[in-house]
Parts: sequence; C-alpha cells; structure tokens
Amino acid sequence: MAEPLLFVEHLLKQYGDKVILKDISLTVNKGEVVVIVGSSGCGKSTLLRCLNALEPIQGGIVRLGDESITHDSKNLTEIRQKIGMVFQSYDLFPHLTVLGNILLAPTKVQGRDKAEAAREAMALLERVGLKDRAESYPAELSGGQKQRVAIVRALAMHPEVMLFDEVTAALDPEMVREVQDVMLDLADEGKTMLIVTHEMQFARAVADRILLIDGGQIVEDDDPEVFFTAPKTDKAKQFLNLFEYHRSKRNK
Amino acid sequence: MADFDLASIGLDVLFKGKNFARLMGGLGVALKISLLAVAVSIPSGILLGMLMTWENKVLRFLLRAYLEFIRIMPQLVLLFIVFFGSTKIMKLHVSGEMASIIVFSLWGTAEMADLVRGALASIPKHQYESAAALGLTRTQTFIHVILPQTVRRLLPISINLITRMVKTTSLVLMIGVVEVLKVAQQIIEANRATSPNAAFGLYLVIFILYFLACWPISLLAKYLERKWKV
Amino acid sequence: MNWAFIAKYLPVYEEAAWLTVKTGTAGILLSVIIGIICAAVLYYRVPILRCLVSAYVEISRNTPLLVQLFFIYYGIPKVTGIKTDAFVCGIAGLAFLGGSYMCETFRSGIEAVEPIQEESAKALGLNRFQIMRYVLLPQAFSISFPGVVANVIFLMKETSVFSAISLMDLMFTAKDLIGVFYKTKESLFLLVVFYLIILLPISLLGSFLERRLRHG
Repeated sequence: MAEPLLFVEHLLKQYGDKVILKDISLTVNKGEVVVIVGSSGCGKSTLLRCLNALEPIQGGIVRLGDESITHDSKNLTEIRQKIGMVFQSYDLFPHLTVLGNILLAPTKVQGRDKAEAAREAMALLERVGLKDRAESYPAELSGGQKQRVAIVRALAMHPEVMLFDEVTAALDPEMVREVQDVMLDLADEGKTMLIVTHEMQFARAVADRILLIDGGQIVEDDDPEVFFTAPKTDKAKQFLNLFEYHRSKRNK
Repeated sequence: MADFDLASIGLDVLFKGKNFARLMGGLGVALKISLLAVAVSIPSGILLGMLMTWENKVLRFLLRAYLEFIRIMPQLVLLFIVFFGSTKIMKLHVSGEMASIIVFSLWGTAEMADLVRGALASIPKHQYESAAALGLTRTQTFIHVILPQTVRRLLPISINLITRMVKTTSLVLMIGVVEVLKVAQQIIEANRATSPNAAFGLYLVIFILYFLACWPISLLAKYLERKWKV
Repeated sequence: MNWAFIAKYLPVYEEAAWLTVKTGTAGILLSVIIGIICAAVLYYRVPILRCLVSAYVEISRNTPLLVQLFFIYYGIPKVTGIKTDAFVCGIAGLAFLGGSYMCETFRSGIEAVEPIQEESAKALGLNRFQIMRYVLLPQAFSISFPGVVANVIFLMKETSVFSAISLMDLMFTAKDLIGVFYKTKESLFLLVVFYLIILLPISLLGSFLERRLRHG
C-alpha cells in the first residue's frame, strides 16, 4: 500500500568544518504528512532546504522517485517544480499581484496556457478563501493571507511533495490558525507534506509521523500519539518538557 | 606587428625635451584647483548642511534654492557664468584659475551640504529617543550618539566627492586654464609634423594619470564603506 | 538685457538643446543596458567576465568624461585610421561613463532584494535568467530608482562637455555667441534657461516618483 516517494540516504551537510546534519536517512511515502520538530538551530530547516537543493550537500543522496536531487543537477529546475516550498515569510514577490505571483512559474517555467492557469489559480484561491484578493499586491495583505497565497503559489505547480518551513512562525497569533487550516485541508486531501514547525498541537493534529532532530540527527521517529504520550528517548522527553510550564512558588 | 614602436602609438613625444614634465605640471594645476576647492568645500558644506536641519523655514528655503540651483546646473555652465560673467560683464579681471577655484568651491560646498543633510536625516528617530530615554542631554546625544553615526555614513561618501571634484577639474580647459589637457594639445600641435599620432599616446597617458590620481581615493572610500557597513 | 538678441537667437539655442537631449537620451539608454548586463554579471559572479566588468567599472568611474572623449575622438582614430563622427563619439563616451554608474546602482539594488526572494523563485523552478528577469530586476528597479534618476541628471549634465569635440550643443552655442557678438549676458541667460528646461523636469519627476514609490 505504502508507496515510497522521497528518499534521503546518509545525508551530510556541513558549513566549512561545522557539521549541521549527519547521516540523515529517511523515506517519505506518498500521501504521508511528516512533521519535523526540534529546538532552534538543530538543523531541521536546513534539512528541508537540502531536499530541494537550496543548500548543497556534502554527502549522501536525496532522491524524488527515480531522480536524484543535487545542487548541480542539470535538470534542477525541473525537479524543483515537483517540490513545492513555502517559507517563513517575505517570500511573495512584492512587485506582482497575488495572481501574478501564482501565475509566474506555471506560465514562464512550465509554459502553460495563461487562461487555463489563471482558472486553476482562481479555484485554488477560492479554496483558501482569497478569491477576492487576486488583484491585490502583497503589501495590502495580512501575514496570514500572504502565507495562504504562498501555499497556493506552490500548489499551482502541481508539486508531488510540499515543504513547509515554519510557515506560521512569523505570524501574529490570531493569523496562525487560518494558515494551519489550509495545511490540514491539504493533509486530508492526501498531499505528501514535510512540515517544520514549533506548534506542537498543530503537529499532533496534522502529522502521520513526527521526527525529532537533535544535534543534526534524527533521534526519534514515531507516530504522533506515541511521540507525545510515550516518547522512547530521553532527548524527546527533554524536548517535550520545554513546552510544559512549572512555577514552584505558585504551587506552594 | 613589425612596425610597432612608440611613434606609431604617438608615445615618442612624451620623452622629447621637457614634455613629460610639462604634462605633469599641467596635472599639478588641475590637482591644485581641486584640492583648494576641497579644502573650502568640506568645512563650509558641513556648516551649511547642519544649518539646513534648522527649523527656520525661510532660511531653509533660501539655502535649498541656492543648493539646488548649483547642483542642477552643469559645472561647465557655472564656470562660464563666473568666468565670462566677471570678465565680460563686470569687467573684473578674474583669471581662469581663480574662476575655477570659486566655482568648484561653490559646487563642492553644495554637494557636501547635501551629503551632510542626508546623513543627518538618515539617523533614525528612535536613536534620539532612546538617547533621551537614557537621560542624555541634547548636546550629549549629538556628541555621543548622532555624530559618530553621521561621520561613519559621511566619510566614505565625502571621500567620493573628492574624486568627483578631481575629475571635474578637467573642465577648466574649456575656460582657457592651461592644465594637463591643454598642455597635451600644445604638445600635439607643436609636433604635428614629426609625430602625427601624438594624440593617441598623450591622451592615453592623461587617461592613465587621472585614473592613478582618482582610483586610490575611490578604493579608500570603498574600504571605509565596507568597514563601517551597518 | 537685449531681448531682441535673445529672441533672434532663441531658435539656435533650441536646436542646440535638441542635440543635447538627443545625445543625452541615447547615451543614457545605452548606459542602462550596459548597466543591467554588467550588474547581472557581477551578481552571478560569472567567471572572467566578472573581472572585465570590475576593471571597466573602476576605469570608467575614475576618469573624467572629457578625457575619455578626447581619447575616443582624437586619440583612437590616430591608431585605427578611422575617423568617427563626433555625434557617435559623444554617445559612446556617455555610455562608457554612464554604464558603470548604472551598473553600480543596479547592483546595489539587486543586492538589496531580500535573499528569500531568490530562494523562493528557485524553489518554484525558475532558472537564473528567469529569476533575474522576473524577480530580481523588477524589484531592483524600484529600489534603485532614486539612484537611477540621480544618474540620469548627472549624465545629462555631463553632456555639456560635448562641445569639446565640436558638437554644437548648448555650451558650444553659448561660447560661440559670446565670442562673436560679445553678448555675454544674453548668451549666459539663454544657456541657464535651456539647461533648466531640460534638467528641472527630470529632477522634479524624480522626486515625485520617488515619493510615490515610497508610499505605494
């Protein structure tokens, strides 16, 4: 039943002498939603960026289906079309309208018919509740609206995998939910997704699998219920403890 | 190229008699004019730039009008106004060199004042506010907070202004000052029969001389800009 | 002030002003093209070309236009044997000078674009050329707009040295009239007025558009 789609084998990522990720191996099946958690600077965002070769890797293999993804692949732009990515913020093109942002890659990179691509874009915008903002510029949108547009922009390329790099981290609290709802919707639809996030409740709700990265390695790989209720490793217990609050003075 | 020699590119004249020394003397005239003008412009530009941050609207408008006129007119037009204006209209005897020094000082002052005004205006308001919140007086704020930041912004761009002024002094040829280009013209004219290609060699040498005069100053400006990048 | 003289020679100045505007515009357009290409070469650190561009920028920015023109107009034909038209030389000289100024302006504009912009364009599968064309340059244009306007004014002003290679521009006309008729006051007045007519609108348009860009 499970059909493997994305393969990572013994991935090594260094900046100079500093090892960021060592010996990461991971297989993501089609339709699976994998959430990657870990403390700041553990390398989780770097891992995501290695998956579409925004970062060159120093060892190991990243593969989507049969095609290997490396920084100097000849067909890198073709592979990247199959991997959608949404960043933390500021990644909409400010000089283009919402629709212009969404249509840029489908028309210029994939050479699709503009009218057809625009119809699809409008349908996607409607789905995320932003149909009436198609002609707005990014500066006129709230943070949550911008991120929903960024998701639509990535979806418009019909990617096989979607990567989300802390997409709600820069948002005001009241806007986090609207973006997460879109992602939950995509998960239900069966999209293959890799999500880096700090929001533990969201992680629990959306994930089929949770990975904890610590010191550049995957230290725990569980389904969400196990991860949050009965983590196997001490690292995971320590990590989850960060989200508990204790005040000795008040408890006295 | 078998027939390649100094004469074919017109460099032979350079080594005839005192030609090279004369050329350097001409460059000296140009550099003298620019350095004098720089010496006047920088202090007066700083003063004027600070005056422009004053509240007095009339004063600010007048200064602004003066500065904008000077900055928008080609420097050659200003040279013509001062040189022909004083000699032909007012019948004063102003040498081309004197006219050049006056014009480049006025122009340099205007440019410098604009740089100072821009640098002062670019200090964010919260710098003043946080200094005030720490209990610094206005004078203390200016000396300890505003001035150091302004100088860092200002120094590289005012050094650049110096290279602009050095380059612009080449214009004094047009009002008859005997500077490096004029000397070259004289040498070319005198040797027209014997070395017809002198124009290539001499203008190339002047090209290189100007480059050697300006490039180190530009590099210094670039270095400071990188070093102090915020 | 002799108004009859002014009226009589107005058309001469008008013609000279058109020459200034024409050579200036042509030189500036070429400068923009050279500037974009050089800025892209520097930004992408294209090997070899990048060294050539850096050398060009330094040479062009650290020598006066007048000397550049003398070399192009009087010097080079001595060696090549081909006499070039003064009009063409003027435009070429202005483009040689302006290209490096535009290059520096565009380069800092491109560098000021958030790095995430380039990354998200990459993630969408755009290639280098498409990223430059559709993502970086449009944003760099609006960031560097004030610099471009300053360059345009600077280059328009620089055309005043064209009279040195016998182009009959405004300076040439003024000097001619001063020499021939001794109408210094009138000649200088017309000179200033015509330069204001050319330069003031650019300057005002520049500050108007800059304000709009900043708030829009």
